[in-house]
Amino acid sequence: MTPLLQVENIAKFYGARIGCTDVSFDLYPGEVMGIVGESGSGKSTLLNCLAGHLTPDQGAVRFDTRAEGLRDTITMSEPERRMLSRTDWAFVHQHARDGLRMNVSAGGNVGERLMAVNARHYGDIRAEAIDWLGRVEITEDRIDDRPTAFSGGMQQRLQIARNLVTGPRLVFMDEPTGGLDVSVQARLLDLLRGLVREMNLSAIIVTHDLAVVRLLADRLMVMKDGHVIESGLTDQVLDDPQHAYTQLLVSSVLQV
Amino acid sequence: MSDYNFAYLDEQTKRMIRRAILKGLAIPGYQVPFASREMPMPYGWGTGGVQVSAAILTPDDTFKVIDQGADDTTNAVSIRRFFQKTAGVAVTEATTEASVIQTRHRIPEQDLRDDQILVYQVPIPEPLRFLEPSEVETRKMHSLEEYGLMHVKLYEDISQHGDIATAYAYPVKVEGRYVMDPSPIPKFDNPKLEMAGIQLFGAGREQRIYAIPPYTQVVSLDFDDYPFQPTKADHACDLCGAEDSYLDELIVDDAGGRMFMCSDTDYCTSRRKNGHVGAQGVPFKEDAA
Ligand SMILES: Nc1ncnc2c1ncn2[C@@H]1O[C@H](COP(=O)(O)OP(=O)(O)OP(=O)(O)O)[C@@H](O)[C@H]1O
Ligand SMILES: [Mg+2]
Ligand SMILES: [Zn+2]
Repeated sequence: MTPLLQVENIAKFYGARIGCTDVSFDLYPGEVMGIVGESGSGKSTLLNCLAGHLTPDQGAVRFDTRAEGLRDTITMSEPERRMLSRTDWAFVHQHARDGLRMNVSAGGNVGERLMAVNARHYGDIRAEAIDWLGRVEITEDRIDDRPTAFSGGMQQRLQIARNLVTGPRLVFMDEPTGGLDVSVQARLLDLLRGLVREMNLSAIIVTHDLAVVRLLADRLMVMKDGHVIESGLTDQVLDDPQHAYTQLLVSSVLQV
Repeated sequence: MSDYNFAYLDEQTKRMIRRAILKGLAIPGYQVPFASREMPMPYGWGTGGVQVSAAILTPDDTFKVIDQGADDTTNAVSIRRFFQKTAGVAVTEATTEASVIQTRHRIPEQDLRDDQILVYQVPIPEPLRFLEPSEVETRKMHSLEEYGLMHVKLYEDISQHGDIATAYAYPVKVEGRYVMDPSPIPKFDNPKLEMAGIQLFGAGREQRIYAIPPYTQVVSLDFDDYPFQPTKADHACDLCGAEDSYLDELIVDDAGGRMFMCSDTDYCTSRRKNGHVGAQGVPFKEDAA
């Protein structure tokens, strides 16, 4: 089977400082990869390199494009990459305001990606937006409200709807539950898990939170100081960590 | 008059502006940056249009200026005088007699010919500005033809007002490529953007020039189920009886009496000269004009 994403030897430096280095892995269709690690370990840097927001200094990120199979997204032209960004890829930011248009209604936010790929029937766009708001548990009567009138959890759910509406093949998420209070996090996680299963999503999820990966990720990479120090099936890594750092991470979480 | 070069601007500046105009004509709807000059009038008073006019006027031209359709507003009169003084060109109020027409916010009712040029004053040239404040990003959107955002604006309109409420500066796509702001003309004028004359757009403060060559396809953006409609007041001109012209509504007395009249004063006057009389009009007399 062709991997959906093939990451080979990615490195990104900020001057002399390592952002991330030596990262390679394959992601297969329908798989969810979790990336965990402490603050500053390079998770966001890696994710942004994979999603085309940052240009790595080294390596290749090959995506299984619909038209031509595996293509290196780092060397492809910017128009091609931006086209992927609004069709086959989705990116859920930690802060909803980075991923939403705050001066546009909820319906407009969800509809934007549809219109970007030439949806031109208002009624259809609106029906689709209502359907997606429902799937992220936002009631229809909020469709014309701006995200500024929403709670943090609702904003995050709106961001997810806005990203998933065009049926992307690969979803990047950076701390999707970060910054929300615990009960809100739990509800969002539940929702995400439902969507991942129902849509058979392929995703790469960056998080601090081992509960998030336990629930969502099939596989797990543990990062420290820009390096991947351990990787494998999520249950294996969490139940039988090999690296001393991972052992520490797991035990500290289990104590909570 | 000897203090000025012909049409105020020096020849080098005019050449620079002409190059921008030619580039604009070669890439219909594309915003060409140019080095806007100080003009003896403040921004917001048509400095973009004035610079374009200055660059294209020749001594043989006949010049007309309209402000929202009228030749006799202070703004129109002062720009007309400016070129009378600095270029010594002939001026007119008759659309058919003008070779260059500078306009703010209207297209003349009378169809333009292929030997006429329409110069627009533009306040904000960037149609994507409303939703995307970053200039870097909007330029990228134009170059990559990423125009989904334009429809988001129309979507918002319908969801808030039940219909596309944008009545002025209604966005268009030019020759199937660039999305363009036609300047704040009423959307009633949009169909006239497909014309025989050359159309040049100048934005002074924003330092942009763009153009629509003759007979270029200009499509107003819309949705399949909310098609573009070039609406106007459902009324006839009370002075000349015209039913096909864009109308201004005036309150005429303290009792709240209203009157509709053509916003294009030359069009209205010409019709009245030809014997047309509206509901509240009186037959045209030369001395009454
Ligand atoms: N724009 C930048 N300029 C310089 N250094 C940076 C920049 N962004 C990140 N870094 C550095 O790169 C390293 C990795 O940062 P990164 O943001 O990828 O970590 P992270 O794992 O996402 O952390 P967090 O959990 O806090 O979000 C850190 O040492 C960080 O200080
Ligand atoms: Mg981070
Ligand atoms: Zn009239």
